[in-house]
Amino acid sequence: MTVWRSRVRLWWAIFRVSVEERLVYRGDFAFGTLMRFLPMLTQIFLWWAIFDAMAARPGETSDVNAIRIKGYNLHDMIAYMLLVMLARAFSSMPGLTSGIAGSIQKGEIKKFLIQPVDMLGSLLIQRIAHKLVYYLIAIGPFALVFFLCRSFFDAGFPAPDQLFGLVLALVGSFLLGFAMEACLGLVAFWLLEVTSLAFIFMLLTFFLSGHMFPLDLMPAPLDRLIGMLPFQYLAYFPSAVALGKVTGEDLVWGLVIQYLWVIGCWVLCRWLWVRGLVRYGGYGG
Amino acid sequence: MVTRIAPPEKPWRLASPKTMPLIEIDQLSKHYQVYQKQEGLWASVRGLFHRQYRQITALDAISLQVERGEFVAFLGPNGAGKTTTLKILSGVIHPTSGTCRVMGHVPWQRANAYRRRFALVMGQKNQLWWDLPAQESFRLHQHIYQIPAEQFQATRDELVDLLGLAKLMRQPVRELSLGERMKMELTAALLHRPEILFLDEPTIGLDVVAQHNIQQFLKHYQEVRSITILLTSHYMKDIEALCQRVVIINEGRIQFDGSLAEIVGKFDQERIVSLRLADTTGIADLQQFGRVTRSQPPQVQLRIPRSQVTSALTEILNRYQVDDVSVSDPPLEEVFAHLFTQGREATDQGASAPKEDMAGSRRLTGEARH
Repeated sequence: MTVWRSRVRLWWAIFRVSVEERLVYRGDFAFGTLMRFLPMLTQIFLWWAIFDAMAARPGETSDVNAIRIKGYNLHDMIAYMLLVMLARAFSSMPGLTSGIAGSIQKGEIKKFLIQPVDMLGSLLIQRIAHKLVYYLIAIGPFALVFFLCRSFFDAGFPAPDQLFGLVLALVGSFLLGFAMEACLGLVAFWLLEVTSLAFIFMLLTFFLSGHMFPLDLMPAPLDRLIGMLPFQYLAYFPSAVALGKVTGEDLVWGLVIQYLWVIGCWVLCRWLWVRGLVRYGGYGG
Repeated sequence: MVTRIAPPEKPWRLASPKTMPLIEIDQLSKHYQVYQKQEGLWASVRGLFHRQYRQITALDAISLQVERGEFVAFLGPNGAGKTTTLKILSGVIHPTSGTCRVMGHVPWQRANAYRRRFALVMGQKNQLWWDLPAQESFRLHQHIYQIPAEQFQATRDELVDLLGLAKLMRQPVRELSLGERMKMELTAALLHRPEILFLDEPTIGLDVVAQHNIQQFLKHYQEVRSITILLTSHYMKDIEALCQRVVIINEGRIQFDGSLAEIVGKFDQERIVSLRLADTTGIADLQQFGRVTRSQPPQVQLRIPRSQVTSALTEILNRYQVDDVSVSDPPLEEVFAHLFTQGREATDQGASAPKEDMAGSRRLTGEARH
């Protein structure tokens, strides 16, 4: 009991320090928030252009809104892109991989070997703190954008059960994103330099998570493969839930599989940490 | 709070737990594999497939015991194994062979019960939150080490007072000077009242005043709290000011373990005699008394074997008109430099180290260091 109480106190202390640290850099922060919207805008314009071009083809109906790509009309596509932006605000982990790799390379990791505190746990709490601060500030711009774009959501505001599913999927995407990128960072115990690996991972995430386009646009054999990978839970899955594409039993199963991936990646993370430390103890320091 | 259990393989220690050494190192060795890269592009490509490794011995079967309340300095050239020893003792790395127990714990098992009882401060590494005032890091330490609130406040206030940090508590760590940061690091490390403090180059890069302050603080704190401190340093001033016991490590082996006075007595067989002559005639003849190390008439500096200093001085004062005379020990640096090179010669040329040109090698190393 007291063990847990002091543990929770420690978590709270880490959380508080992390929030304070985050609030130091106001300029960087505001800039980072804005920057999240820009790429999304270009993507929305890109899809707009694609739909326009399709509508302009001879023999097509000239009404843009009647064009569909595998079931997506222009509104669906823009709504999807906006939701992906929301999902990535949860699942992307800027600086996590490079941070872990850097602290292994520079030996800052020693701190966590000497002090009675767990590094992965600390990093997770730190990240939660950073994300919460981010949401607190970004909720304004996000709400504004979604409000301005409300006409694109043809299905309207999601139903309560859908909304609940969305919240779970977003939290899951945060945990999964953290675990996957932390694993990648821990590879530095063996490779020391993980920059190129992180770059490959970023590219894979971009395509396989649905960040670039909805995954159900993928042709037949590929979509099966992608369905078996964890990436889709970082962006596509939460967006699909919000759009009402995944409902009922599918939603429940989707969440179960998502959280199984979370557990799996977290276990892998722990394993890499333990094995990495054995190696570090033998070679490094 | 923590019951200390004697190691099972040495049950006789149970009878007298008070005499049990705080730190016991037995035949500790550490070898590293280091990737050997050949020069050139082709060799780099070959290195992708076939790598050559060289084994480096950082520690070679060292044994050592430290009692509670000792202030021990580890001394040696770069790469001698000092930091490796501290890393093993603090559980950061594990040895290739040998055993080690600190307060009954095997360090590299990293039990929380052990980690709450020591602290490690590395001169160039920062364990404080860079962008926040140190105060925030201190509070975090309170929870990491589960320090009761009153004890935390008392210890913090005491340390802040001793180190004169009160005004700096609200300043972000990144805006502190190196010396101030080091003081903050020490405070953070001592908040949980560790029984053992490992210090790796605590004064590296500091100016003389800051060095002195840190020394004074360590000395005072060690006396008052009677904690055990193991320190590595390159600054002889640190060692002179602080440590009763000096362990000299070179090439992974312990070359000397004893008091500073013993070292000086044992290895330092010359004294420096500085003269200012009123009349410089016959100045060249001075070399019959010893080795002339500097001659800038009317100033002359001589090295005279310890046993002959008195007779030589009498003779000199008889023969020459001397304005001023002083006798001093060679700088400590020189003694150690000599020791280190002696160790290297011993390993290079077998057990019998050449003795005939001690003075020569001393001069060389002295020059090399300055």
